[in-house]
Amino acid sequence: MANTDEPSERHMPMAWIAPLSEAVADLVTDGDTIAMEGFTHLIPVAAGHEIIRQRRRDLTLVRMTPDIVYDQLIGAGCARRLVFSWGGNPGVGSLHRFRDAVETGWPVPLEIEEHSHAGMANRYVAGASGLPFAVLRGYVGTDLPAHTTTIKTIACPFTGEELTAVPALNPDVAVIHAQRADRRGNVQMWGITGVQKEAVLAARRSLVTVEEIVDDLDPRPGGVVLPGWAVTYVTEVPSGAHPSYAQGYYERDNAYYRAWDAVSRNRETFTSWVSDMDRRAS
Amino acid sequence: MTAQPSAEAAAPADYTADEIMTVTASRALRGEMTCFVGIGLPSTAANLARRTHAPDLVLVYESGTLGSKPTRLPLSIGDGVLAETADAVISVPEVFNYWLQPGRIDVGFLGAAQLDRFGNINTTVVGDYRDPKVRLPGAGGAPEIAASCGEVVVVVRQTPRTFVERVDFVTSMGYGTGPGHRERLGLRGRGPVRVITDLGVLEPDPATCELTLTSVHPGVDVERAREATGWRLAVADDLTVTSAPTSSELNVLRALVRTATEEP
Repeated sequence: MANTDEPSERHMPMAWIAPLSEAVADLVTDGDTIAMEGFTHLIPVAAGHEIIRQRRRDLTLVRMTPDIVYDQLIGAGCARRLVFSWGGNPGVGSLHRFRDAVETGWPVPLEIEEHSHAGMANRYVAGASGLPFAVLRGYVGTDLPAHTTTIKTIACPFTGEELTAVPALNPDVAVIHAQRADRRGNVQMWGITGVQKEAVLAARRSLVTVEEIVDDLDPRPGGVVLPGWAVTYVTEVPSGAHPSYAQGYYERDNAYYRAWDAVSRNRETFTSWVSDMDRRAS
Repeated sequence: MTAQPSAEAAAPADYTADEIMTVTASRALRGEMTCFVGIGLPSTAANLARRTHAPDLVLVYESGTLGSKPTRLPLSIGDGVLAETADAVISVPEVFNYWLQPGRIDVGFLGAAQLDRFGNINTTVVGDYRDPKVRLPGAGGAPEIAASCGEVVVVVRQTPRTFVERVDFVTSMGYGTGPGHRERLGLRGRGPVRVITDLGVLEPDPATCELTLTSVHPGVDVERAREATGWRLAVADDLTVTSAPTSSELNVLRALVRTATEEP
């Protein structure tokens, strides 16, 4: 039977509140599987940039909708594998660094494990539920099962009906961005919350960057609360989701997404973007 | 047979090929319907429908917004305006498991990078999967939208590069290899009932499931549609000419498109 008991990580009384660089240094190690989730809204971009600055390597990056922060991580050579269901610059076009890595292996070859949204969402649900796999009606008639080994069929034990099974996702680290947390590390987010709760609960460790840390969380209709004891680190990073948006705080910076297309289109402009980031951090 | 243009129908010079495509696609939607909306051309058409003849149309986006009534054209599938104007905002697992999978959504509105004669869609790669000529974004929600919605409408520009004999990769299944294939696999939805392009409308032949040209837009001749198609395009005996967009449809569409370029 699998040992899921990890007292040092699972039973902390509350999240640690620490600066971003410290949290990333403690949580993210070369070779880890990292899920940074966010569905257009609340994308943990600042945390992704910190991983680039700390020059992590050989990461397996997991995300339903890898967009420009994953393009940046891939182009900076942090990743050797991507598990995903849709990779693009929403509303603009291709991810040029992702394409360069897949099509020509620059700066390092990128293996891909490709799913559909329904499959990825269910993989997180299984991971959060402590189950080895999830069952869905999915992928039928498509070419995905021929290329992705983590898509199998399974017979319903009650009716014999053939269904699709996908294995649980249990990342080493989940990273998300939320609107707020209190001083005990209870996290609150609202608006489009995607698959972030499932990603945190599926992961062994987690980091939540927030717009602000407040004394008390007043209730929000439709809001999601992650209790502080279910989160490893909370870090206050105002505008930490920029250029994506944080409902109630700031709008999406559409110009940044459009500008990224030109920056990422060739290796030289991208490489100078990375070195400028290093200078900003020093 | 040529459909009689209505009194206020615009002349071909008054609208673009993309505009008649979007207007024609919007007319495929009715009120009192639920529509799972892909981003891009399908989203524009669905939002146009809601602002013209189908105000009760329920828009569902895969980011988890049910019943969005966006006041401007969303730029992405998770645009804030979709959440702010929704009847309910739910998680992504919920939108796929509780709403799409059991067959609660009437119509899936999809785009395509490649489409073949049986309406199979590719948004994954051009060329070989392991050594692709072009790496495309991938599946997103489309495989299950194409499988589980009551029916599917595809909105895509018609070119020989897009309309291919055989897709390089089946991301989302249309009619597979032909009649009976969906049924053998147990797919619950009917599949693609209409493909709306900048040149006309294609519908599956009831006997062969092959996409057949059933309508051309005003000013488009059949030969042009054939040249834009990578297979021997079948043409319906009762080919019609699409009704031109009305001036009010065009006005609403243009105002809608303008909202997309305004910063929120």
